[in-house]
Amino acid sequence: MTAREKIAGSVANYVDERTGAAKWMKKNLTKVFPDHWSFLLGEIALYSFVILLLSGTFLTFWFDPSQREVIYEGAYAPLEGLKMSAAYASTLHISFEVRGGLLMRQIHHWAALIFMAAIVVHLMRVYFTGAFRKPREFNWIIGVGLLTLGIVEGFLGYSLPDDLLSGTGIRIAEAIIQALPLVGSYLAFFAFGGAFPGEAFIPRIYTVHVLLLPGAFLALITVHLMLVWYQKHTQYPGPGRTEKNVVGYPLMPVYMAKAGGFFFIVFGVTAFLGAVASINPIWLYGPYTPGQISAGSQPDWYMGWLDGLVRMSPPLESHFFGHTVSWNILIPGLIVPGILFTGMALYPFIESWITGDKREHHLLDRPRNVPNRTALGVMSLTFMLVALINGGNDIIATTFDLTINQIMWFSRIGILILPPLAFVITKRLCLSLQRADRDLVLHGRETGRLVMMEHGEFVEVHEPISAEKAWLLTQHEQNPALALEESDLRGVRRPGVLKNKLRARMSKAHAVAVPKATAADLKEIEHH
Amino acid sequence: MSNEIEAIKDPGLPAHVHRRADTDPKAAKKAERQVAILFLLSALGTVTLIGSYIFIPQDVFFYFPVLGNTNAHQLFLGLGMAASLFFIGMGAIHWAKTLMPDEEVIIQRHEFRSPDEDRAEFIKTVKEGAAAAGLGRRSLIKRSLGLSLGLVGLSPLILLGDLGPLPGDELSKTSWKAGTRLVTDPGDRPIRAEDLEVGAVAQTLPEIEPGAHRALSDIGKDAVLLIRLRPEEFNLDAERLSWTYEGIIAFSKICSHMGCAVALYEQQTKHLLCPCHQSTFDVTRAAKVIFGPSARPLPQLAITVDSEGYLVAQSPFNEPVGPSFWERSS
Repeated sequence: MTAREKIAGSVANYVDERTGAAKWMKKNLTKVFPDHWSFLLGEIALYSFVILLLSGTFLTFWFDPSQREVIYEGAYAPLEGLKMSAAYASTLHISFEVRGGLLMRQIHHWAALIFMAAIVVHLMRVYFTGAFRKPREFNWIIGVGLLTLGIVEGFLGYSLPDDLLSGTGIRIAEAIIQALPLVGSYLAFFAFGGAFPGEAFIPRIYTVHVLLLPGAFLALITVHLMLVWYQKHTQYPGPGRTEKNVVGYPLMPVYMAKAGGFFFIVFGVTAFLGAVASINPIWLYGPYTPGQISAGSQPDWYMGWLDGLVRMSPPLESHFFGHTVSWNILIPGLIVPGILFTGMALYPFIESWITGDKREHHLLDRPRNVPNRTALGVMSLTFMLVALINGGNDIIATTFDLTINQIMWFSRIGILILPPLAFVITKRLCLSLQRADRDLVLHGRETGRLVMMEHGEFVEVHEPISAEKAWLLTQHEQNPALALEESDLRGVRRPGVLKNKLRARMSKAHAVAVPKATAADLKEIEHH
Repeated sequence: MSNEIEAIKDPGLPAHVHRRADTDPKAAKKAERQVAILFLLSALGTVTLIGSYIFIPQDVFFYFPVLGNTNAHQLFLGLGMAASLFFIGMGAIHWAKTLMPDEEVIIQRHEFRSPDEDRAEFIKTVKEGAAAAGLGRRSLIKRSLGLSLGLVGLSPLILLGDLGPLPGDELSKTSWKAGTRLVTDPGDRPIRAEDLEVGAVAQTLPEIEPGAHRALSDIGKDAVLLIRLRPEEFNLDAERLSWTYEGIIAFSKICSHMGCAVALYEQQTKHLLCPCHQSTFDVTRAAKVIFGPSARPLPQLAITVDSEGYLVAQSPFNEPVGPSFWERSS
């Protein structure tokens, strides 16, 4: 035994005799994780969060979360002598006088954008592969919660510098609060400590941004990861992979090196962006004042869809009994997002109700094999994309020489027509891909080699695919639609007929598939 | 399932293919050197970072293609940091991929459902616990506890009462009064009609005592845009026309949709456009909404001139400015 091994042994002994950790560690250090690039998306989100904590802590050392009015006397000459809030002045100080301050600010902002992007792409991966199915519904809901909190946290974060652009965003948020029926003006006055903008909101959102929400994130992320750990990761289908096993590499040492290394890569790339790519140059916007604005005001991308919905809303407002309800704010700002996010959170339960499937699933779906789910996902993304495009309608108009009116009308009509169209097209595409899979299994791969037959006909030589590939293309289940009888054995109509009818219809739509190739099909073809 | 019987068979995990580094010690040595080089590049990155921090002054700018005018201090600090982090990651992953075991391992999953006897015992424990506490029998305790728990939830709500004052009529009134002078923003200079040429726009605020503090909350309600047209270009009813002065018309600058500053004026079409959500208002028709999500025209401020010829408000706004709220009556 070398000296080093002796030391390691005695440290392990010390810890184990006080915690009994050896048994747990032994089991968990050899835990197996399946390997796939798409499993890195959630990791990127996690690492960006760590980067946000580190860079954010750095920024708090100099940031002054106060709306106290100061006269600027810093290094940035164009704003010399201007009245501004201490929050804005200290952000300028970080950007121009603290060494590495601008770098950290830019890393923090880039990390936030990457964090949100990683969450969204990770969510798409989980959705399209069906990873949210039993037993992982809780983790899906936690994920939706993290996405929602992320949007709020990001918005509060870029509002803190109190520049002209972010102040405008806060103004819009205030208008949404103010638009709530009954309690709106009260809530707005409570949130802002009086009339907008007041002098309270920067310190208040600072507490929320650096304490409350990060705390909530830490708690939710911990549960999210513990569940992933405990339930073991899902895996893609393939030879040797079943619902009952996990095929992959052990945590120690492979994943420690890979995942640990990946953290440094994500951090390195974010630092590179922070070094070379200017983001949110607040000194160009000037301090916030409610009477001014800059053209081309744009939120960060994860808020863009919301802004786009608000922009395309028709000018609807109701007045009755001396009261006003602003549908043009409530519908795009609260009702539609509320429906979307609630629907998203409940989707695992909706799908299992439709399919009647209450079993555990650990093998992922190939998106083409669940056309309805895939089509619904693409439909939702199309909706978001149209909204996002409209959120940048002014920028698009000036860039492509269009009028805002053209883009607005495109969006208003497009948001109703394009998502259903995307649904139909995606579903057709999925079925075509299933057909292609079937053909590939039955007839093999086109080799591109043409052979002239004796009678002069040209045929292309097909080559049978490998047993592994054939298994991959046929391993999925094809379950029939739910059979829901309208009446029982005695011919009496069951209660909840309408609900059952709806369920049966959706189940039927969900079960539409091209029959997968079977061994019998293959045999039959060989006989020809 | 009927087709399950005749399904194509799972061929099982493919045979493991060894990497070169697994079989060839030379290749392994080479991989080791590569990993070490990556780690050394990281160290070089940190050296760059420290060097930039100490030696590059903060005010040195230089032109860099694509990036434009770039601050040398921040660029090299960032590049050093990026390299120092990135290459640690690259080294670790290259190490894992070339030298650590790459043979796939299989572990078994277990169903999450607990065995039936555990579940039955759990239910028994809960039932016994509840019975021991007497929660079912002692309804007086149950109800009074329910009441106190319900009430205790109110205290944080009560204690948060001082977050803000009640709105009162704050949302409905502005600082404008009959006879308040319009002054330029910025500059606080009173304005005569002849200061504005036809086609010109000016941002104004109500005059305040010299040296008095102008709160942002006031600007958020008081900001007014002046626009001068030729009087014959207006398409207004008699009352609204009497609110203008020699072709000068005044509107609240705070958007009637969500409160942004309506700052874009197009001289050709005489349209005001809010840059936030593109609500478009026609100046000649009392800021009627002609496009976008806003449901109401911008409130018009009645103006005239005082004895000294300076523009003043005839009266306060006759409706609340800014975005709608529940108590707003029209």
